[in-house]
This record gives sequence, C-alpha cells and structure tokens, in this order.
Amino acid sequence: MPKDSGIGASSKRREDVRFLTGAGNYTDDINVHGQAYVHFLRSDVAHGRIVSIDTSDAAAMPGVVRIFTGDDFAGVGGLPCGWQVTDRFGQPMQEPAHPVLAQGKVRHVGDPIAAVVADSPEQARDAAEAIAVEIEELPAVVDMKAALSADAPKVHDDLTSNLCYDWGFVEENKDAVAAAFEKAAHVTTLELVNQRLVANPMEPRVAVGDYSRATDESTLYTTSQNPHVIRLLMGAFVLGIPEHKLRVVAPDVGGGFGTKIFHYAEEAFCTFAARQLARAVKWTSSRSEAFMSDAHGRDHVTKIELALDADNNFTALRTETYANMGAYLSTFAPSVPTWLHGTLMAGNYKTPLIYVNVKAVFTNTVPVDAYRGAGRPEATYQLERVIDKAARELGVDPIALRRQNFITQFPYATPVAVEYDTGDYHATMDKLEEIADLAGFEARLAESKARGKLRGLGVNCYIEACGIAPSNLVGQLGARAGLYESATVRVNATGSISVMTGSHSHGQGHETAFPQVVADMLGIDESMVEIVHGDTARTPMGMGTYGSRSLAVGGSAMVKATNKIIAKAKKIAAHLLEASEADIELKDGQFSVAGTDKSVAWGDVTLAAYVPHNYPLEDMEPGLEETAFYDPSNFTYPSGAYACEVEVDPDTGRVTVERFAAADDFGNIVNPMIVSGQVHGGLAQGIGQALLEGAAYDENGQLLTGSYMDYAMPRASDLPFYTVDHSCSTPCTHNPLGVKGCGEAGAIGSPPAVVNAVVDALRRQGHDITHIDMPLSPSRVWAAMQGE
Amino acid sequence: MTEIQMTVNGKAVRGTVEGRTLLVNFLREDLRLTGTHVGCDTSQCGACTVHVNGVSVKACTMLAADADGADVRTIEGMAAADGTLSALQQAFQDHHGLQCGFCTPGMVMTAAALLKENPKPTEAEVRHYLEGNICRCTGYHNIVKAILAASGQDVSAIAAE
Ligand code: FES
Ligand code: FES
Repeated sequence: MPKDSGIGASSKRREDVRFLTGAGNYTDDINVHGQAYVHFLRSDVAHGRIVSIDTSDAAAMPGVVRIFTGDDFAGVGGLPCGWQVTDRFGQPMQEPAHPVLAQGKVRHVGDPIAAVVADSPEQARDAAEAIAVEIEELPAVVDMKAALSADAPKVHDDLTSNLCYDWGFVEENKDAVAAAFEKAAHVTTLELVNQRLVANPMEPRVAVGDYSRATDESTLYTTSQNPHVIRLLMGAFVLGIPEHKLRVVAPDVGGGFGTKIFHYAEEAFCTFAARQLARAVKWTSSRSEAFMSDAHGRDHVTKIELALDADNNFTALRTETYANMGAYLSTFAPSVPTWLHGTLMAGNYKTPLIYVNVKAVFTNTVPVDAYRGAGRPEATYQLERVIDKAARELGVDPIALRRQNFITQFPYATPVAVEYDTGDYHATMDKLEEIADLAGFEARLAESKARGKLRGLGVNCYIEACGIAPSNLVGQLGARAGLYESATVRVNATGSISVMTGSHSHGQGHETAFPQVVADMLGIDESMVEIVHGDTARTPMGMGTYGSRSLAVGGSAMVKATNKIIAKAKKIAAHLLEASEADIELKDGQFSVAGTDKSVAWGDVTLAAYVPHNYPLEDMEPGLEETAFYDPSNFTYPSGAYACEVEVDPDTGRVTVERFAAADDFGNIVNPMIVSGQVHGGLAQGIGQALLEGAAYDENGQLLTGSYMDYAMPRASDLPFYTVDHSCSTPCTHNPLGVKGCGEAGAIGSPPAVVNAVVDALRRQGHDITHIDMPLSPSRVWAAMQGE
Repeated sequence: MTEIQMTVNGKAVRGTVEGRTLLVNFLREDLRLTGTHVGCDTSQCGACTVHVNGVSVKACTMLAADADGADVRTIEGMAAADGTLSALQQAFQDHHGLQCGFCTPGMVMTAAALLKENPKPTEAEVRHYLEGNICRCTGYHNIVKAILAASGQDVSAIAAE
C-alpha cells in the first residue's frame, strides 16, 4: 500500500504552486531600489596579451556609472580553488592565479576584461562596445596532448608547463597491476573520449550585489547551489569581508547540475562594485555568456585496459586519462578527475588490482568542473564500455560477464580506497531484466528489422559514491572545506516548525520531502513543517547541495536535530504528565505515559516550552529549538543496472532511443515520485550526452557551440518514456535514514547503455565496430557504418 | 520612446517603451510579471512563452511596441481568480511535471495552446509540439504525461514511478 504521508509517500510538491502560477522568486526577479547594471566585456580571442584598454569614450557615454578593469582588482584576492591534489611524486598541483577581471593576459574566449556599470542594462552594453581594447593575440592551446608538448604555448607564464598534476592512484599498486597484465589470459583495450559538456540549467546565472552603508553589510543574491560556500570563499579569500558583514542569498534557483556550485567572478564583481559605488549592481547572464563563462563538464580522453584470467574473471584494470581543466582552476575542478573518478573504478566488480593515472591539463578553454555525476560518469562510461568490448571479444554474454564478476559480499573494501557498505547487484540486474523485458528483445528486434531498422540492446551497471563526504577523509585528500551539513529545527509555540537547512533546493523538492521526514518522526501533519533554505542570514552554516548529498547528509542533520527536539519534548511532557521521562511515548503527535491513558498533545508541550508556567525551569531552559551538524562516516553507494534499446536508421545513421529502463538501489526512499523525477532528468542528460550534446572548440580556441543553435539540447521528441524502478533497496548502514542519494544516478548510468546499444545494433548488422565516440550523431554513426 | 497599451491577463495596462524593448522585458520589468522567464537569446528555449491574441508567442522575439493593443496572457493569468489552478496546471503538479520550475511557465503556456488546437493529442504530437520548449530537469517524461492527463486521457499505463 503506498503511504499517503510521511516517509515513503509520494507527497505532491508544495513548491509547485508558486512555480505554476509565476510566483517563483528567482534571482533575476529580484531588483534592489536604485540598482545599476553591469555588462562584462569578454575576450573574443582564446589567448592574448592585453596591450591597452582605453575606456575614455565609453566612460563618457550616457548612463555610465563607472568602468572597472583588472587594475581595480589589484589589491583583491583571486578566485580560490577549493581542492588541492597531490601528484604521484608527492608534489602539490600547479595552481595558477584566477583574477576577477583579466590582468595582463586573456586565457579563454569569454574571459572578462572590463566591466561597465551603468544605469540600465542597455547603456552598460552600449558602452562596453565603445571600450577600445588592444590584444596581442598569442597561439592558443586547445588539444590536451598538444598542450603537454615541450614547445606548447603556456596558458600561465608563471607555471612550469600546462600540466596541473600527474596523479597516480593507487600509486603503490602500479607495479602489481603491470604484473597482473603480464599474466593475463586476455586483455581488452579501449580508447575513448568523454566529451566536453555544458550543464545548461535553464536559468542563466544572475548576481545582485547590494551594500548598506548604515551597517557596512554586503548582500549578494546569486544563483547558487551553496550560499554558505560562496560566502566563505568570496568573503575570506577574494574580498576580505568577514561573514558577519556578508549575507549570501540563493532564492529559487532554476536548476544547477553542478555548474552553480562554484564561486564565479561575476559574484565577486557585483559584491565588490556595490561596496565601491554604495549602490546595488546587478548582472544577468545571457545564454551566450553562459556558454563561455559557466564552468563546463567532463572533457576526458582515456585509454582503459582490462585484464582477465582464463575463466573470464577480471584480474586488473589500468587507465590513463587526460583531463581538461580549461584556462583556470574552477572551485572544485581538481577533485573531479581524481577523487571523484579514480575511487569509482572498481565499479560493481571485484577487480583486485587497479591503477588510475590522470594528467590534468590547462588549455585556452572555459574552465571545466563538476557536472551532474562529476567524475563518476567518466569512470562508469570507461568501465562499462570496456567490459562490453571484452564480452564481445571473448564471445560471452555481456550480462553474464558482469554477473560473474559482481561484488557479492558487503561491506566490501575496493582496491581504490573506498568501502561499499551495502548493495545487491544481482538483485538490481534481476529487476532490470524484468522491467526492461529483456526476454522480449528478440521479438522487438524482428519487428524493427521488418521496418528496415537496426535494433540494438545495451546493458550496463553503475555504482557511485554519494552523500559527500566525511570531512576528515576529504581533508586528507586535499579538500579545503568540510563537507558536513547542518539543520536547525525551530519548534514554534503553537507547534508549527521551521527547519533551517544548509542544503539547497534548486529543483529537488526539499520543501516537500524534508517535512515528510520531520513530520513522520513527530507524528504530526506535514503541513506544519516549513523548510527554510538558501539564505546565510537565516540558516546555520551548511555546505549546500551537490553530489547527491542533501538527504543523506542534510537529512541526517535534520534527523539528529529532530531527535534532540523529541528528547527535550519528552522531558516537558513527563513534567506535564507527572510521570517519569522513561515512560513517555510519542506517537501520532501525542505524548503518553506507557500503559496508561494519560497523554498530552504536541501543541500542549510546545506551548509549555514557550509559556513555561508549569515547567521544570530549575532543570531545563524554556524554548524548543535545536541545531545539529552531521558529518558522515562514509560515502553512500547507490547502484543500479540500466538497459537501453535503440533503433538505427541504416540510411542516415540516426539513432532513436526506443526503450530505456533503470533499476536503481537508492536504499530507503522518502518520496518515490520525486526520486523517479530525479532519475528521469538524469537519464535525459545522459542520453543527451550519448546522442546529442558536445561543446566544440576550433584549433584557435573559438567556441563553436556557443548557443542553442549549435549545442544540441535534448528536446521532448528526442526522448522516450522511461521505465524506472527503485524497489531494490539495501539501506545505507551508516546514516539514520538509510538513504543513499538519487540525483546523479541517471546521468551516470545512461551513456554507456546507449553506446553499448548502438554498437550492438551495428554489429548485429555485420559491421565490425567496437566503439564510436559520443555524441553518436547521425554523421558519426553513418561514417562508422561506412567503415570510416 | 513609444506609448503603448494592451490588456494583460484581463487588465488594461499602459507603458512607455524604447523601440527595442522586447515584450518579455516589458512584462518582467515594467509590469513586474516575473513569471515569464528568459532562458536564452536565440529564441530556442520557450521559457518566455505567452499568449498574444490567443496564440502562443515567444515573448523574447516580439517587440513590446508590436503588442500595442493586443490581448496578452501570461502564466500569472492561468489560475482562477481565487487561486485555484487550472486543470493543466493541476496536472503538472499531480504528475510532477516540474522540478526547478524555470521552464514551467513556458511549458504551461505552450501546452495550453496545444490543447486548444488539439484537445486529445497523442504522445508523439505532444512531444512534437514541445519542440520549442527546453526543460533540463524533468527529462520530459512527466511533462508529456501531465499534458496527456490534462487532455483527459488515461495515463495510468505510463510508468508512474
Ligand atoms: S527566452 Fe525566449 S525562447 Fe528562450
Ligand atoms: S523544471 Fe527545471 S528546466 Fe524544466
């Protein structure tokens, strides 16, 4: 029986009403009285030395308030990087400066050179066009391997090369892995590209900086997934504003997908300029600007090798990856190809020896950082593609090869430093075979054939590490932040509750799902619980939302705080009922004395807490408000099995996804409707990567895909209805809700399923094809069919 | 600067705009009807969709001055006066057809236009009609389902969760 409220119920989303009636409050909907507008003049060359900037004509144009250039930021810090990777020789990565406005050089198309503040957006834009900038163009580096050659132009003159780091993991295993390859009965090798993507949340970034001379307080309204992180990075490292004088508000945010985690130059600029001018300054990104200023995702080039013994057991795995950092280090960029990628290379399999090498490279391109899945899609794609290829080479069923190598004992310590707490990979594969109706594939194949279409089936597994992350562990790995989460549960006098959470919702439905948890614990109606988030002035210090962490980490903090509330409320109830605290039970919002009919209601207890006339004041403070911080002891490990069926048009190479099924193990589920929606969205992004999307640069570093005219976003007609299931559940053992996280799974698990399916379709037709790089556009598929 | 007047969500409004002012800016900035969103600058995303004289229009492609005298409807005018959601809006909530909500106003306005033209569309017709509306969150599954449901069709066979 589906529940109708509390944990496990598909409660309808309360935030929907405001979004469906146009009453949402997004950052661009916020205007501050008297605000000015900024337009950034951005570099149109990928690499060059700034010879001169003449702003005199522009400054004289109507409405111009002030024009800023890099010189204005000479005394200001650069944008900090939040993660320091140590290379395989024990040395810290190379870490270049990242000025708010370019100083001396421009390093990618879109690098901001000057900022015009004017009374209207149009005046700011017009004046920006009147700035005369002379740039001596330098040769650009775009290709990663070329960037590492000895004579390559350097993106940063003060670094020794374009190599950010050369990372080996686990370095001590390198020789043992090599020895295992020597002994292998079979080795499968695959070279592939995980192409550069642009996250493209539908809401472009916006920043409004405000300043109060009365209080010397700055406020930044921004499209962020983590306002406290922005406050810390910008306040402490860039502008030198202490936290108590800096408020960051991220109101309704129109999607993030990772790219709104990072601290961006425009946020620092608007805050800085508002202080300088004592006037609010607003920036609204156009979509074209977003393409050249939002951090991009993926962009890995990888060679992966899988060693198997004579019985087809995986014996070793080795990878070599080039990871593009772009021109600067975005906030968490160094962690993505390393700790969010290398640690997942065991996948669902008991491969005993693994060695991962990653060379991170600077190029004259937009910085690359986390995008939905962040490192884990790259790991999954390599692994699940090479396993598929191995199965074909060995002539065995790809599902059987996977099953044979599944990890079956938990907890399981992988050779890549993580310990999976729970999982049941056979169960999710069984469920997949059922919901995807794999038994019916042959009939559908015949039906496609009758219509002249090639049909293919692709199956794969995935595992991810979510619930990011144990602070002391990530500190050892180079994180410059803690990754706990916080919650304050404020019970009001009449019994309603405000929960202040450090998690941030930008589409995930926290305002609905979080109250389900608190209300369930207290036995009260969900409507009595309200979630407050997205404002550093109203919520305790929290790390925000990414890495599928909100419920696993933020939810756990909320559970901890609610348990403190329950403990105190029971003491109050015991006093009111003149009973022993140990005998008090809480059920359905009533406190009762065990074995009697004596009880008091939730509202009586909360009122007593704030009107303490009959209250043990000598033992306890009045009030009912508790805060908790939760720092996880491990990651969580959602896993699953996905199946994709495609049709390929043999005349055009066009691929259509006919069926897609996803069987996921997310542990316990709070709101199944929301979980399914998260999977749907992830699948669309993963299928989009597999078939449509890709950011392209030419050899001069010009971005060829700078708008929706040339960057192919998935549309409704590109996608099917999905079949998703999350009934397989092995609850997480180390957080109180037993939840694992679901936000990224779809994007992680789906690209290999699509590519495996297309390769399968072509091979069934007799084409000797082992791999096609994403996106599998009609031209690429057609070329592959022609043997090109 | 030009003087314009139009009816927006049943109310007569007037304003003074530059020749280059887009309808979407007039709605958002002058009238403070911020439910209509801007998601791109190449008229591809549909977040700005409104109805002008009963026809769905991307408000980022129309000059405010060209809407002089028109009857305009925005997302703010879709629910009943007492706040009750329309059947289409209600279907979006019932079937979880939105996540971040940014594309949602445009999706609702486009879907309303579809159902006016074609009261019982097929799945393929819905997907085709949404060609000019991009959603990055939902993977479209629940949007398509919500629109089919709002048209009175039985969607129970479409995988619920
Ligand atoms: S804003 Fe009008 S189509 Fe994108
Ligand atoms: S709900 Fe976020 S873009 Fe559609």
